[in-house]
Amino acid sequence: MSSFAQEIPLSWYLLLSAVLFSLGVVGFLVKRNVITVFMSIELMLNAVNLSFVTFAHQWHAVKGQIFVFFVMMVAAAEAAVGLAIIIAVFRARATLAVDRIDLMKL
Amino acid sequence: MHLILFILFAGFCVAGAINLLLQSHPINSALSLIVVMTSLAVLYLLLGAEFLAAAQIIVYSGAIMVLFIFVVMLLNAGREERTLGSRAAIVIGFPSVVAILGVLATVMLRAQGLGVAGLADAITPTEELSRVLFHELLLPFEVTSILILIAILGAVALASPGHGYTGDDGERISGK
Repeated sequence: MSSFAQEIPLSWYLLLSAVLFSLGVVGFLVKRNVITVFMSIELMLNAVNLSFVTFAHQWHAVKGQIFVFFVMMVAAAEAAVGLAIIIAVFRARATLAVDRIDLMKL
Repeated sequence: MHLILFILFAGFCVAGAINLLLQSHPINSALSLIVVMTSLAVLYLLLGAEFLAAAQIIVYSGAIMVLFIFVVMLLNAGREERTLGSRAAIVIGFPSVVAILGVLATVMLRAQGLGVAGLADAITPTEELSRVLFHELLLPFEVTSILILIAILGAVALASPGHGYTGDDGERISGK
């Protein structure tokens, strides 16, 4: 195996993180189901976590990994509250389509 | 070996994310998101973050995605209807996404001083992680537990019938 295959530049990981983040933004814009929109937000959080871990590896900083740990905890809390809100909205409006949840729209 | 593993699991990540966008049924999107998160756990392991790889699988692909799938099944969410969406999303949104991706990619590929990652790199031991977490960052850690507790109470209050958002408002809308 060549020596190139042993190591890869860290910028590739950052590039993957940017691609995943952009795909999350696209999903946030095009998806019409409120649960899938929420999943796109989770995808963006994961993309940012990947760049945190990459920079923690670059500077041998443990605190970068601990930040990812905190982001995971906040994401867990956010998922619980967000899905509860989705259930409450579904009870009130009987729909999951973001186009129909328009009570606050001008 | 590192290159092969990276390409394989980065490919899984991107394929799962694209599949999440293309699927019209929420349960298929949720399963693709599990693929993305599990592949990310392998990438964390390649970067030497063993604790985070385990936490990623347990917390994200385990707990959070079970919650998502549970809600999809509870609400009996069917196929989403395809609408065109707003004009603003098409005219402003997608060019901005392309611009963001372009700027990020340019900055990252041109960044000086970024190193390389290989299989021979040291793995951050969980012992070192917990030493920093419980010595220097003990207060934020404890505050996080309070945050989780508040989130649990809020979720129960919001989702229980007869409280929170539902009630008079819901009846008025359904009677309209």
